[in-house]
Amino acid sequence: MSAPLGKDLLGLEHLSAEQITLILDTADPLREISERAIKKVPTLRGATVLNLFYEPSTRTRTSFEFAEKRMSADTVNIATAASSVTKGETLVDTAKNLEAMKIDMVVIRHPSSGAARFLAERIESNVINAGDGMHEHPTQGLLDLLTLRRKFGTLKGKRVCIVGDVLHSRVARSNIWGLTKLGADVAVCGPRTLLPAAIAEFGVTVFDRVEAAIEWADALNVLRLQLERMTGGYIPSLREYNRVFGVTRERLDRSPRDLVIMHPGPMNRGVEIDSDVADGPHSVILEQVTNGVAVRMAVLYLLAGHAPALAEAAKGGDRS
Amino acid sequence: MPAAPTVVLNARALERTVARMADEIVERADGTEQLVLVGIQRRGVQIADRVAKVIADREGAQVPRGALDITLYRDDLQTVGPRPIIGKTDIPWAIDGKTVVIVDDVLYTGRTVRAALDELADFGRPARIMLAVVVDRGGRELPIHADVVGRVVDVPKGGRVDVFVSELDGRDEVTLVIAGEEG
Repeated sequence: MSAPLGKDLLGLEHLSAEQITLILDTADPLREISERAIKKVPTLRGATVLNLFYEPSTRTRTSFEFAEKRMSADTVNIATAASSVTKGETLVDTAKNLEAMKIDMVVIRHPSSGAARFLAERIESNVINAGDGMHEHPTQGLLDLLTLRRKFGTLKGKRVCIVGDVLHSRVARSNIWGLTKLGADVAVCGPRTLLPAAIAEFGVTVFDRVEAAIEWADALNVLRLQLERMTGGYIPSLREYNRVFGVTRERLDRSPRDLVIMHPGPMNRGVEIDSDVADGPHSVILEQVTNGVAVRMAVLYLLAGHAPALAEAAKGGDRS
Repeated sequence: MPAAPTVVLNARALERTVARMADEIVERADGTEQLVLVGIQRRGVQIADRVAKVIADREGAQVPRGALDITLYRDDLQTVGPRPIIGKTDIPWAIDGKTVVIVDDVLYTGRTVRAALDELADFGRPARIMLAVVVDRGGRELPIHADVVGRVVDVPKGGRVDVFVSELDGRDEVTLVIAGEEG
């Protein structure tokens, strides 16, 4: 009863290169479904997916919901403000309630690192991490990998620099794990206050100057600068951040090659990235969004192979 | 007790069979004007390519081709264990009002064809859908029949027919294995 991915997708740290490649290989042909007049395949008919969001999210939640609907799953969305509840208790409670409602999969976004694992260990349903605290955001990492792989053909030996607030970024962590496993050379670049103290342990190169990163890299993954970082004392001002670390046309023009530009969104135009770069010919930011739906369809498809309840239902078993 | 495979069609015979299938397809479709070939992943795609080549040679017409991967439409997905690898589906033109010929290597239970019919319906409404297979080995589990058949092969219980194409397998051949040899 072992699916290639196991029961849950919690992060990329513990996946093998083969498992990551399987997800990307599955996602690639699934892109085509979103191009059809009827954007739907019957694969997950009868499966119920719960989107459980303890943090605000438009892009990720919508992307998951499209993925679920295009695979014919039934979806329910629950958006909860985390502030009003005690995390641990609520999650346990939620888990019990979920089981009672006979759902098959849970997509969870939560402000606490480790929340997805906590849930996965307590329910039988498949759990997909849609971002947990500063830990991981595996489907974002996967869609970044797919976008780069489609662009370059392979990730082996490609130089990818993650620019910005690496410290608070689960996107950065998932990217570093995934890129490293698939053989890319990874670097980070940002103010020292926004890089983890133990960044060297990730085995990545560190650039203090974005000019140096641009000279080195084949692709930049520009992270969103969370505006509350300024009041937190991590950076002096947004203007200064843009002046020192902003990815601008002038800086890119000095590079010997055309860099692929990625951004997980939502963008602060004029802060971490300038508009003419974001909308420029080498930006793959909208492709990332398209690939996001395909990657999430692939994860749903692969994890559903591990759903004992679904297997029973298909055999005509009674689930009541 | 695995037996050695018997050759049902060698490369030359397979070529002749495919050529005859191509003629029959054009005949049944009343020409090539509305004709569209859709190969089922995997080996149906290569067979469809060859059929198209024969039609191009004899009729001077380039027949549109597409590929269909039916994995996501299978009726046994929940029970097959690890998820099957998904191949490429590519139907780059409208099929509404066309005569679509589904091309596959072996027709057995009919479940693959059922899935292909469902998937095609998501792309449009052809005027007519036909089925062309290199081998009909019997054993249908659904009310499905082929319009164009390369060869009918009587396969005893536990036996297997394999179509090999050089693009994927390095050789053109159709073989029959009598006893249940795994593979």
